[in-house]
Amino acid sequence: MKKRFILCLALVSVMLLSPNYIFGMHIMEGFLPVGWAIFWTIVSLPFVVMGIRTISKTFNENPNQKLLFALVTAFVFILSALKMPSVTGSTSHPTGTGLGAVLFGPLPMAVSGLIVLLFQALLLAHGGISTLGANVFSMAIVGPFAAYFTYKLLKGTNKKLAVFLAAALGDLVTYVVTSVQLALAHPDAAGGVMGSLTKFLSIFAVTQIPLAIAEGILSIMVFELIVNYQKEGGYQLERIN
Amino acid sequence: MKGSTKNILLVLVLIIMATVPLLILKDAEFGGADGQAEEVITEINPDYEPWFSPLIEPASGEIESLLFSLQAAIGAGFIGYFYGFVKGKRITNQ
Repeated sequence: MKKRFILCLALVSVMLLSPNYIFGMHIMEGFLPVGWAIFWTIVSLPFVVMGIRTISKTFNENPNQKLLFALVTAFVFILSALKMPSVTGSTSHPTGTGLGAVLFGPLPMAVSGLIVLLFQALLLAHGGISTLGANVFSMAIVGPFAAYFTYKLLKGTNKKLAVFLAAALGDLVTYVVTSVQLALAHPDAAGGVMGSLTKFLSIFAVTQIPLAIAEGILSIMVFELIVNYQKEGGYQLERIN
Repeated sequence: MKGSTKNILLVLVLIIMATVPLLILKDAEFGGADGQAEEVITEINPDYEPWFSPLIEPASGEIESLLFSLQAAIGAGFIGYFYGFVKGKRITNQ
């Protein structure tokens, strides 16, 4: 297992050697046309509602899950505040939503992500209210779903590796979705949507890869803490494992 | 390997990952990526005018880092609480 892990890290670090420039993070306030802003809000809304329902159901079944849910939301708070330097000479930040998706399923993370995105949009002018729907969709819905299915697929082989890959992939997929959203809203004059998608993707992909690895590593550390103190915390892990 | 040793190693990997770009890319600006995304949009779509602006903007870069560190502190504070809580419980139960 350790060999496979090192192999993965080695492969990714090779990809990092090609320099490129920047992009990442949330879509800025006002940078999606009104139609798209409304569209993504409508798409995200049902997931948030289902997320709230899932959370209250989970809390009713076992109140101790509150402690665990607060922990994974705190994790999203920290990680999305860490603007880290990347090999491309710019900064971006991880998302932190993968860990929660592994433990609670993808839907509750729509709510955690929404809270953090609201905090950043209102106080930090980072992301935005008009682009909140689009940013929730990428960071708090698609990212967690990607993480959840990656974990489900791989948990049989090695749990820690599964958590690492789930968190890292969820992080990467988030920024792929952001690129798609920007490309759809701003098609290239010559190349159309595909043209600008290539532009946005080539810009962001390399920046985000080391951050995705960092997110994977941090997720493993907190996951181990959670597993280690399961008895004292009184929360359940079986349902998701 | 002991859990704590492994965590120290993982943290070292993280520190190296964050430091290496700073050391090898001496001329880079390390600016926020969202600002540069704006440039790409302006390049693709020169006529695009943002139709909404942030309600509150941090008064300066310093205030912005204050708020970002506040965000991280809220998260880290809770993780510290969690760890102390379960650890204390374990010791009491022994």
